[in-house]
Amino acid sequence: MILWTNALIEGVLLGGLYALFAAGLSLIFGIMRLVNLAHGDLIILAAFVVLSVAAWLHIDPFAATLAALPIMFLAGFALQYCLLNRALGRGLLPPLLVTFGLSIIIENGLLELYSADSRRLHGGSIETSSIALGHAVSVGVVPLLTLASAIVVILVLNFIFYRTALGRAFRATADDLEISQLMGIDHPRIFSVATGLAFVVVTIAALYLGMRANFDPTIGPERLLYAFEAVIVGGLGSFWGTLAGGIIIGVAQTVGAQINPEWQILAGHVAFLTILVFRPRGLFPRAVD
Amino acid sequence: MALLETRGLTAFYGDFQALYGIDTALQPGETVAIIGANGAGKSTYLKSIVGLIRGPAESVWFDGQPIGARPAADVMKRGIALVPEGRRLFPSLTVEENLLIGRYGRSAPGPWPLDKIYALFPALKARRHSASTTLSGGEQQMAAIGRALVSNPRVLLCDEISLGLAPIVIRDLYNALLQIKAAGTSVVVVEQDIVQAFRVSDRIYCFQEGRCSLSGRPAELSREQIHLAYFGT
Amino acid sequence: MAEQNKPLAGAGHYRIETGTPVSLMAAVGTLIVVALLAALPLFAGRDLLENMIFVLYMLALAQCWNLLAGYTGLVSVGQQAFVGLGGYILFALTLIAGIDPLVAIILAGAISALFALPTALIVFRLRGAYFAIGTWVVAEVYRLSFAQFRQLGGGTGTSLGPDITNAVFAIDRVKSLLDVRTPAARDIISYWAALALAVGTTLLVYLILRSRRGLALGAIRDSEEAAASVGIDNARVKLAVYVIAAAVTGMIGALIYLQKARISPDAAFSVLDWTAYVIFIVVIGGIGTIEGPILGTLIFYLMQNYLASYGAVYLILLGVLAILVMLFAPKGLWGYLSQSYGLELLPIRRRLVWKKDQ
Repeated sequence: MILWTNALIEGVLLGGLYALFAAGLSLIFGIMRLVNLAHGDLIILAAFVVLSVAAWLHIDPFAATLAALPIMFLAGFALQYCLLNRALGRGLLPPLLVTFGLSIIIENGLLELYSADSRRLHGGSIETSSIALGHAVSVGVVPLLTLASAIVVILVLNFIFYRTALGRAFRATADDLEISQLMGIDHPRIFSVATGLAFVVVTIAALYLGMRANFDPTIGPERLLYAFEAVIVGGLGSFWGTLAGGIIIGVAQTVGAQINPEWQILAGHVAFLTILVFRPRGLFPRAVD
Repeated sequence: MALLETRGLTAFYGDFQALYGIDTALQPGETVAIIGANGAGKSTYLKSIVGLIRGPAESVWFDGQPIGARPAADVMKRGIALVPEGRRLFPSLTVEENLLIGRYGRSAPGPWPLDKIYALFPALKARRHSASTTLSGGEQQMAAIGRALVSNPRVLLCDEISLGLAPIVIRDLYNALLQIKAAGTSVVVVEQDIVQAFRVSDRIYCFQEGRCSLSGRPAELSREQIHLAYFGT
Repeated sequence: MAEQNKPLAGAGHYRIETGTPVSLMAAVGTLIVVALLAALPLFAGRDLLENMIFVLYMLALAQCWNLLAGYTGLVSVGQQAFVGLGGYILFALTLIAGIDPLVAIILAGAISALFALPTALIVFRLRGAYFAIGTWVVAEVYRLSFAQFRQLGGGTGTSLGPDITNAVFAIDRVKSLLDVRTPAARDIISYWAALALAVGTTLLVYLILRSRRGLALGAIRDSEEAAASVGIDNARVKLAVYVIAAAVTGMIGALIYLQKARISPDAAFSVLDWTAYVIFIVVIGGIGTIEGPILGTLIFYLMQNYLASYGAVYLILLGVLAILVMLFAPKGLWGYLSQSYGLELLPIRRRLVWKKDQ
């Protein structure tokens, strides 16, 4: 019983990480209907950026993430402005294939720069500290921070989307690209700001990815799949739905692993496909697509 | 000098030519109506002015500047606002958000701050926090006009604001247009409802198959002239 | 408007043609090339033959993906599911059931089609770009599931012994006829099988596209709503294409792993080998044409031969090239050539031609 409770709690906390993976994907899709196949590789890229900043400035991963955020925002802005905007508005294939090409470029670029060795973001004593919940159940501080960060990120994103002029512009552009231009909205710039914002979320996700486990340049695509599953399970267009989706995939994985360690990833995928069969619009649908 | 001018404006959809050398001029403070049958090129004319269809720079002039090649967002910032055909409110924004987004690119001082728009269309104030999709057709049209007006444009372009609405609603909308005109905004209305068009406009242009077939002051045009320019027979 | 387009003088009529004079020559040329390729084992060495096997199965995979993405708009990033599935079915049938490998290849096609049906039921709930990632998830499920089969080596995989690979149908006849040793005879049979699959797949795609169904496919790719409004049953046509592509991909997978004689989940379900390269071939060559994948396969083969030793840098180059082509020449190299010179060797488009009455 204790084992199962533990698996459940771990799964919920893991869901926080997956929600962070998913929030960036959902943000970009929600505004410009762009599905970024390089999303997973971008998370890994961000982890390497944090790693390098930490090593270079001799600071801990949290400080390094703070330092990396503006860099990553600009990188996202530039990527959208110079490359991805050109792929939009020309049908299904160009954005898919351009981001797929990007995924291959990022993964192999990282292999070339950092080799295939496993890395980790070392945060000192916080990595091993945990909080006891009752006599046999305890939770790690880092996983707890991950979930808390996911919640904060979603609160901030919802604030931006529903309480600011920028958010109105995001939603207006998503609703009707042609008319949004008549409002003086410069949509290439709005898209670039959105991708910059997604990169900020991606960097926060990368911090916790790198502190919770080892990473290497090749593990990006799997993260894309988890992010995607969380978005679909949660239902398009709702950040809170994405958190719920992330938690469902996380719990499926930890419970699967509890039954048989080899089934962890498979259980997550199977849970996703099952929900897809019975609730094709996700558990909390909002946007019409 | 004219505030807004088109000089030999042409427009294409692929190989199909929709406008053949349109010359029009709008003086400051004036209201001009563009009338014509379906497919005459009226909406294309408006889209060309606001930059949703782009052409040579010198085909559209605003305030002494060539703007024919400028993107729509830039044209709007200069002070030309369009009320698009079919209202086209943003469905995921509330009524008030739809109004606020109207001044995203331009918030010039002028006669139309948000409370003045609510005073012009009291029905909107009552529904300000509702989803824009819950409004009636007439209210949606009011919100679309308000959305264009809130940036205090120098020129307001209206595309078929009477379409699909009851006569009494149309009359209210055109009364509002007279108030907008009285506050100093120059207006171009594209309209199939000739009666309303004549009621508010200082001058009219009639389009037929992409060409301007007639222009003049409403009082000076005969029924026969208009019929010929409108239908071509 | 229509008035101006009509030829002014002489009586005549419009008719719809699919062929052009060039295409007739191309058809004859294609037959000659295929005949020469079939005769290749008579004078080629084993190295060339093995390279050709690679070229041919990549071409066959490319045509399948092209049929899905280029003609139906079903952009799958999960075709490795059926390559791996075909490979594993071949291993299961030969290792466990003792079936002749060539028969197993055909059975692999049939079983892949059976797997494709429930798979389609799930992934077809996703549209457009989400369909792409959905197929990827399914391929991962296949990979992780096959890693659970202990009889087939689990996560590390397993090999086919010479007793099985040498037991290929008609191997003795080939040995005596061409006077070669067993390994060479095996390659020759694999080569012929690969040639048959590549030519067969290309022909199949060609025939599908020239049929009434093919017209429907074009319509679906261009606009699903419009296609539905003229009475095309989108779902059924798409399902049929998906299942056909899965069956052929499964057969190709079986052949690939008969030739490799060693299988593991990570290799058999590799997104890079069986989907990324294939997408690259189709995009560079020209998506939505039959000739494009042929051209793309040749380019890919040359790059693979001369640049693959650069490892990661080579892959970066492939990615950059694919992005540039997609942005600046979205119809690929063949699209560029055919547009510039009006070439169309294997025409599938119908064109309206004015014929003067005699």
